[in-house]
Amino acid sequence: MTAGFVVIALLTIAAGVAAMSLRHLIHCSLALVAAFIGLAAAYLHLGAQFVGFAQVLVYVGAVSILVVFAILLTRGGEDRSERLFSGSWVAGIATAVAVLGVLVWAVSRSAAVRREVSEPAEVTVRQIGDLLMTRFVLPLEVIGLLLTAALIGAVIIAMHEREGRK
Amino acid sequence: MAEAVDQIFVAAKHWLVSLAPEAWQPWVSVLLSIAALMVVFGTLFAVTTVLERKGLGRIQNRFGPNRVGPFGILQPLADGIKALVKEDIVPRVADRVVHFLAPVVMIIPPFLALAVLPFGRNMTFVEFDAAILFFFAVGASMELAVFMAGWSSRNKYSLLGAMRAIAQMISYEIPLILSSVSVIMIVGSLSPGEIVAAQAGYTNGLPNWHLLTPWGIAGFVLFMIAATAESNRSPFDLPEGESEIVAGYYIEYSGFKFALFFLGEYLGLFAVSGLGITLFLGGWHAPFAFLGFLPSWFWFFAKLFALISVFIWVRGTLPRLRQDQLMNFAWKFMLPMALVNLVAAAVWHFMAPLPVVARWVAVSLIVAGPYVMLGRELMVRKNLSKRTYRFAE
Repeated sequence: MTAGFVVIALLTIAAGVAAMSLRHLIHCSLALVAAFIGLAAAYLHLGAQFVGFAQVLVYVGAVSILVVFAILLTRGGEDRSERLFSGSWVAGIATAVAVLGVLVWAVSRSAAVRREVSEPAEVTVRQIGDLLMTRFVLPLEVIGLLLTAALIGAVIIAMHEREGRK
Repeated sequence: MAEAVDQIFVAAKHWLVSLAPEAWQPWVSVLLSIAALMVVFGTLFAVTTVLERKGLGRIQNRFGPNRVGPFGILQPLADGIKALVKEDIVPRVADRVVHFLAPVVMIIPPFLALAVLPFGRNMTFVEFDAAILFFFAVGASMELAVFMAGWSSRNKYSLLGAMRAIAQMISYEIPLILSSVSVIMIVGSLSPGEIVAAQAGYTNGLPNWHLLTPWGIAGFVLFMIAATAESNRSPFDLPEGESEIVAGYYIEYSGFKFALFFLGEYLGLFAVSGLGITLFLGGWHAPFAFLGFLPSWFWFFAKLFALISVFIWVRGTLPRLRQDQLMNFAWKFMLPMALVNLVAAAVWHFMAPLPVVARWVAVSLIVAGPYVMLGRELMVRKNLSKRTYRFAE
């Protein structure tokens, strides 16, 4: 664990806590963006350039805009009357602890933990591209098809209904 | 001699770094790079503002700034002092923290993007494999700064401007990236250094630039249109639209914060022009072999000034688009053409063993056919005819 990792992790966690605890929804989403950037920095710190930059491109560039647009178009982001903690916070914390316990139990029992950790090879973006175009071309195409279907569906929902059809 | 002039900045940096104690050298090197980046592009920003105002003045048959210094060239200095001494007005209902952070967030991405471009031989500040991906990643985060500025001002015009800007930037980002992908596909690398190296050399006296291929011409035109929209410049300056929404997302900013938005916008323009030079115009290579004696950094900045002049010329020439025209143009014309261009680049690559003429004819047809058909198709049912003016005949 290096000093760089500690700084990145602390900033990411602080941003995540801010995203949960700030009162204004837009502030929460901006704090969430800071947490996304922290995650990207963590990926870069691990030497995963492609994942790090894709994280910035997709989450900071697109998902954050989607989130703030959704907030602005629905509640206007002006609603400050709600309390910070919901009424069922005891149940919420219990659920979270239970899920964490199950995950820790499952991970600690899995074979992946007991395997010898080999020195990770330097993975370049070129290798990822080559693999995506050869071995993993089918998953790539399936994801592309799914996204195209989602896009067409969104356009159909947004399209004006013709007057006579109703 | 030419070699020494070419590497003068690299040598100067090495010399300055060697003056520092051993342990500090990496830090001194980084700080020097940052200082050089900020000074060079800060100065370029000042020069460009005066060039733009003078150029627009010439196009619109007026003088432009001509009071400060000889021919008005000290105007940016006066503007800078004015921006610094002006009162910083923050609206009472504004979200103070976000309002303060927006201009700061605005100028970070373009500086980061500029750091990965090769300005000359051995003159890239940060060199790594996936630099083009990094460029687009940081470019995408500028939208957030625009949103922060527009939302935190609590002004309906600024929010409208931010919404327009974001919609436009997201729409035109797709053709921008797709037109760059054709170059990345041909070169087979995401590193600007390798893309520039692939455009070295000359055949029949002409440079091996990607611009001088049929898919390269189409890609460059698409890239420049998308770059204009991406940097919110006329004819795509709806987010500012003085006659409609006063000044767009920075309406509530005054003094130096306003200047920072201005700076961020111009830096974005420099960054995207620099990327266009790297991808299509051969980077820092000279256009002809006999001009190779001039230093590499001279050629990069000469091309940068040429592209900026084109942007100014376009701004002085074309009227502003309407919002629906903007969106239709992005999704019905730019996107299909960028995809067609991708296919054209692939065909060009696989026709390599055939003679050059056959390659040119085939790829030109692939690009020109859809261009003509798309244009015709989009014009159908528009009933365009000569406009008549009731009171101005």
